[in-house]
Formats: sequence, C-alpha cells, structure tokens
Amino acid sequence: MKTENTLLQLDICILEEQTQLTLDDLCRACTVPAEQIIELVNVGVLDPLGREPTCWRFNGISLSRARVALRLQRDIGIDLIGAALALELLEEIELLRTRLRAVGAECPGNGSNTEEK
Amino acid sequence: MQFKDYYQIIEVARDATQDEIKRSYRKLARKYHPDVSKESDAEARFKELGEAYEVLRDEEKRVAYDRLGVNWKGGQEFRPPPDWNTGFGFRSAGSAGSAAAEHSDFFESLFGRSFQTSGVGRTTFNARGEDHHAKVLINLEDTYHGATRTIALQVPVMDAQGHVTTRERILNVSIPKGIREGQHIRLSGQGSAGVGKNKAGDLYLQIEFQAHPLYRIDGRDLYLNLPVAPWEAALGATVKVPTLGGIVELKIPEGSLSGSKLRLKGRGLPGHPPGNCYVIVAIALPPANTEAAKDFYRKMKQELNFNPRTKLGV
Repeated sequence: MKTENTLLQLDICILEEQTQLTLDDLCRACTVPAEQIIELVNVGVLDPLGREPTCWRFNGISLSRARVALRLQRDIGIDLIGAALALELLEEIELLRTRLRAVGAECPGNGSNTEEK
Repeated sequence: MQFKDYYQIIEVARDATQDEIKRSYRKLARKYHPDVSKESDAEARFKELGEAYEVLRDEEKRVAYDRLGVNWKGGQEFRPPPDWNTGFGFRSAGSAGSAAAEHSDFFESLFGRSFQTSGVGRTTFNARGEDHHAKVLINLEDTYHGATRTIALQVPVMDAQGHVTTRERILNVSIPKGIREGQHIRLSGQGSAGVGKNKAGDLYLQIEFQAHPLYRIDGRDLYLNLPVAPWEAALGATVKVPTLGGIVELKIPEGSLSGSKLRLKGRGLPGHPPGNCYVIVAIALPPANTEAAKDFYRKMKQELNFNPRTKLGV
C-alpha cells in the first residue's frame, strides 16, 4: 500500500456555518440525479433559498439531511414522505438525548441504565 | 471462515414463507438502520441483515443455502463442501446491488463476488471527481483551541492494468475552532481526482466528539458537575472551577442547593456568540470514617434539628 502525505494548506470550511450549496453540489455529494434532490425539496426535507432550481441555495445542514433521507428510502423501503417524517422524529430524539445528557441523566438505548434500588 | 445462520439473523424459522422473511427483514432493517439505531454495532448488524435477506429472498439462493444442511451453527468454522454449487449458476452471475454492498467471506465463498460499482468504476462516467465522506473523532479541547488532526484515508485507485488497489492518503486537517458535533468540514478538491481537466471532488468530514470525562455538551454550551462541601454551599464560598480555557474562580452563593445551576458566561465553545459553561452544584458529604468525624455528625444531628423530608409530610 502506497502512502501519500499531503501537507498542503487545505481549503477548509465548516459546512453548516460557512457554506451554501447549489443543486449541483448536493447531487454530487449524494451521488444522485437532480430529480431526487428536487423530490426532497418537494416533500419538505430540504428548504432552499431561491425560486428556480438553478438558483437554489441550500444551507449546509441540507447535506446530511438529504443523505439520511435517501439512505432511509433506499435501505428500508419507505417513500420520501415517510423518510421526511422519520428524519424529523430522529432529529427531535437527538435533541432530547442531548438535553438529557446535558442535565446529567443517562439516555435509554445508549448502553447505560439508571440504577434502581 | 465462520458459518452464518441467515435464518437466525432474520429471526425466522427455517420453514418461514417468503412473506414472513420479508416482514421480519423489514422490521429488523428499521430497527438496526445505522441512521436510526444508537446501538454501537448497528452498522454491522444492518450489513449482516442485508446479506441474509439477499440470500433468503432469492428462491434459488435459498434452496442452495438450505442444501448446506441444518446442522451448522452461526459462528461455527465453515468450509464449503466440495460439490457445492453444482447445478447452480451463481459464480459469474453477480448480484443486484442491495444495501449491503460488501459481503462477508462466507457469502462470497458460496455465491461469489458481486460486481461492485465502487467509486473507482463510476469515475469514468463522471466528468468531475466524486465526493468522499468520512468521519473524524476529536476531543472537546480540539474544538475549543483549534487543532490539527492527521487523517488517514483509504483511497481505491486503479492501476494501468485496471486492477484496483488501496492507497493510503494522509491529510493534515486543521479543525476549525468552535466546530460542533455532527457538523461537517468540507475540504474542496480533496475527493476523487477529476477526469482530464475536470475538477476533483470534495471531501466531507463529519465531526464526532469523544466523550469528555468532565463536560457534557449541548450545542455550544457545556455542563459540569461541581462537587461542593456542605459548608461551601451553606455559607457561600469562592471555589476553583476547571474550564476548557483554564481554571476560573466561581462564587458559590450562600444557601446553594444540590442541583443549583450557575452560569459561567462565554466559557462554553467558541462562536458568535460563544456558549456558556453551566456549573451544576453537587453537594458532597465528607465521609464519616473516623470517630472524630462521626462525633461531628452526631453533634450536627443534635444541634441542627434538621428534617430533610418535611416536604414529604413525614
């Protein structure tokens, strides 16, 4: 196995804060045709700025939302509306878990249990 | 190689109907989907499930699998019988690209390698290089101070003869200050190389945090449990508190209770605005492990006339 070491100053940015993505960017990052991204917009998973698909600008969070929705559709055979609902519920669960952890309670399903006597 | 009991994996009996297999698979796929499940082995379970379903859903593969006999146990050392595969034509057939793109050795020994359309193959059709996705685990300190992380990526490359080999690429990535869990770093042009003069794809790194021994995180805010002596809580005190930016002094107000939340403004993760560090007071009892300490507790009992359960009416 060859090893290549890159020590260049890389062009780095935080996707969720410093970037806007075009339809083309999203298609490439998700390896899907534009129709699928447009479908995600139609079911409300993604909410771009701009009127026409060619001028759409997506915020950075769109990338992970799109990828999760597409994976759910592909892997467990639900349609995109179902995937949209699952995504919203998953995000809410994640928020609640974070809150629970922050107040020091353990989360069910995270491998730890509250001790009961 | 180890035998895989596909019926056990899909949680059905050996004589299950195709409908039963489908139902059980769907139920388990929802349960173990890596985007849904928080189990640490969800990804492996989901892959295994996909592989089991690929065999059992296909009448011909299922019959072939059943011919191995009923005496095998999952995890048992396995070698395909010499006459295996006679009458079946799996070897060159390849398989439909299901969710489980990679198969176990066990699967491949029985049904052959599938044609994998991995990144390398497809690049030929894409003018621009493909994007890549990876995860990177960092410490809370890395996002507070900013840090440089060395990341090793396994990149498939095709040589002149068309063989695919893996090459390791080492990238030194600077972690931007204040990046939060679940966010992504985009490295422009660090994905697959483009064809001809076309641009290379991008590399996306998803940030995950290593659990911190002291702090819990909510967005940019940090939470810290601060043990406090009973007299510090009762009388008030100024105590030292560790923060990511160093030790600070915090005034504990007189009469603080366990669970009281004190705010260290701007001492959370950096950003605009920066997060706060919330200190949760936890009153710690001195151990009564000497006669003198026990005497002291007895004295408190006599002199304080304290019933902690008055609110409970007892």
